[in-house]
Amino acid sequence: MSLQTDKREFNERTTDGIGNPFMRNAVSSAQDSLKTRRLTAAASLGDWEQWRTLGQQIRQHTLKHLDYYLGQLADNIEKKGGHIYFAKTKEEASDYIRDIIVKKKAKKIVKSKSMVTEEIEMNHVLMEAGCELIETDLGEYILQMDDWDPPSHIVAPALHKDRTQIQSVFTEKLGYTGDESPENLARFARTVLRQKFLEADVGITGCNFAVANLGAINLVTNEGNGDLTAAIPKTHIAVMGMERIVPTLEEMEVLDNLLCRSAVGQKLTSYISVIGPSASGETDGPEDFHLVVVDNGRSDILGSEFNEALQCIRCGACLNVCPVYRHIGGHAYGSIYPGPIGAVITPLLGGYDDYKELPFASSLCAACTDVCPVKIPLHEQLILHRQKIVKEKRTGAVERLQMKTAGRLLSSRVLFGKALRFANPASRLLSRHGRIVRGPELVRGWINTRDLSQPVKQQDSFRAWLDKRKGGAGQ
Amino acid sequence: MKVSIFSTCLVDLMTPNVGIAMVEVLERLGCEIDHPASQVCCGQPAYNSGYLEDSRLAMKNMMLAFEHSDYVVGPSGSCIAMFHEYPKIFKGDPNWELKAIALKEKAYEFTQFIVRVLGVTDVGASLEGTATYHRSCHMTRLLGERETPFQLLEQVQGLQLEPLKNSDNCCGFGGTFSVKMPEISGQMVDEKCGCVVDTGADILISADMGCLLNIGGRLSRKGEPVKIMHIAEVLNQQNTAAKGGSPT
Ligand code: SF4
Repeated sequence: MSLQTDKREFNERTTDGIGNPFMRNAVSSAQDSLKTRRLTAAASLGDWEQWRTLGQQIRQHTLKHLDYYLGQLADNIEKKGGHIYFAKTKEEASDYIRDIIVKKKAKKIVKSKSMVTEEIEMNHVLMEAGCELIETDLGEYILQMDDWDPPSHIVAPALHKDRTQIQSVFTEKLGYTGDESPENLARFARTVLRQKFLEADVGITGCNFAVANLGAINLVTNEGNGDLTAAIPKTHIAVMGMERIVPTLEEMEVLDNLLCRSAVGQKLTSYISVIGPSASGETDGPEDFHLVVVDNGRSDILGSEFNEALQCIRCGACLNVCPVYRHIGGHAYGSIYPGPIGAVITPLLGGYDDYKELPFASSLCAACTDVCPVKIPLHEQLILHRQKIVKEKRTGAVERLQMKTAGRLLSSRVLFGKALRFANPASRLLSRHGRIVRGPELVRGWINTRDLSQPVKQQDSFRAWLDKRKGGAGQ
Repeated sequence: MKVSIFSTCLVDLMTPNVGIAMVEVLERLGCEIDHPASQVCCGQPAYNSGYLEDSRLAMKNMMLAFEHSDYVVGPSGSCIAMFHEYPKIFKGDPNWELKAIALKEKAYEFTQFIVRVLGVTDVGASLEGTATYHRSCHMTRLLGERETPFQLLEQVQGLQLEPLKNSDNCCGFGGTFSVKMPEISGQMVDEKCGCVVDTGADILISADMGCLLNIGGRLSRKGEPVKIMHIAEVLNQQNTAAKGGSPT
């Protein structure tokens, strides 16, 4: 998979999403139940706003001194006998990983969920090199078994499927014979996966945060699959976006707290681990540790007006409150990063040619900004995108002209007055029973589903009423 | 107290009765009203669509229009929230930054002004009926005002307020969003209408006319008998049964 998960037009993808009751039901009930859980988990920390500010400060500080911390991380990993590789492009990243696999003559690979490996199309590269690759995160495993169905949520990749669908995937692809209870489905997957862990030559994981002063990585999972992936195979390759780093364990602790509460409404998840090159004499852990730090466009974002987007800790909370995501689902975004944060970073990583609609797929209700544990002003970033898209003249010529005209009209009392005098009779012409039933192309979609009331006739206008009053408050 | 009314282009164009109600309530509370004539629009539609340059014209016009006002009060949480964005937008501009800050500091949404500046929660309104209240996203999240409408509505005699499920979810208006992405917006407003109808209320109240036109338009298309009223109209009612306001 790559950043792009669906090449169809945005409109086609959203129509698809809107027409999928299974998915919408799954998404909205998940949103509704997560909301309460998140609020309770947040409240138990004390002053949530202060925690958010702290999270924001940690992320901003680290980004500001990213060079320093990446250098420190590299030194510490090498000191402990591990390897670190800085990949500028996605090709460099996946080539490096393939080279290790080839050198080790590895055939079987287990993987713990990682968005960035999707971004660099690693699965594809490794499978082409003849490896068997198994996703061990339950959600990802389901998607893999379903012929690599794309993920639809950052934290819960298979959120769009319900248990019946999962049961039929398992039955069809793996000969599962049990019922559709989540416990039985999970138990079955666990039995299959346990064998895969034991057989694997290489384990590949993502990285929630790299801890600079330790030369280690932090993994946060609910199923423990990240730990098994890192601990059992002889070789461990961790892959991270270059911004996912913290100075010390102390900052990691703060961010893990924010992450777990925001993502799943838990104080902490079941497994929080810190893993690095194993010191000599230790009996567990991999013999060979590699950390691949992926740039793939991130250094262009660093220091730009979109810098704050790099603060993201991928908790998915913004998706869990987004009313647009609620109705169109994750696949409609056409990217491995859906929802509000996806609408911000996907165009940055993948360009406007493919993703210029995403920043407009928001009502700017700011629910995402409000919930983000590291205070990314997501809705403002969407406006910034819109400004760039407009500046690059990627919006329609008609719209640009309308905006220009409206800009003039709405900044001058005289012109606006003329428009007012025109608007009332014009709307009457287009209306039936007090409802505007026809209209210019611009508002047609709106009128298809809603009635637009005609201006109230009792007064000519608010200004005229003011003018007529004794004492003349109006002017 | 001298108060400059910011009537908003939507009220000017579509629902003058909301502006009238606002003036009448404020006058009853002892305010001396003026309406600087050169005002038009806060610039939000163009700004939110990415047309920064085109929207700046409207914003500058507003800063000049209210330059000499003590207080600026408008019937829209969303437009007032837009005023609050001006200092960010004009940051570093030697001619406009200070004007932007000045406007932000004296601009209040209608209910906010009554409660926070005038210190009044009972305006002497009475209206028989059952109502539910729609919080607009910009008022609650951008302007950060969640309480004042409820403080005022609780004092309206005869009015029973029903809680609205998922009240923090956007109604799908979002200005040009509802025009640009009508399909998605339509789904959002549909869900909102369902929640409104489920409350069993006869009236839907809000402090933002945009949301009301959006939800009201959909309710009307679905044939639901819920009336929409701007909160200024509610607060201007005295001893009347719910006869509905604009413009359903
Ligand atoms: S943008 Fe904020 S809320 Fe969304 S995933 Fe990132 S950290 Fe979480």
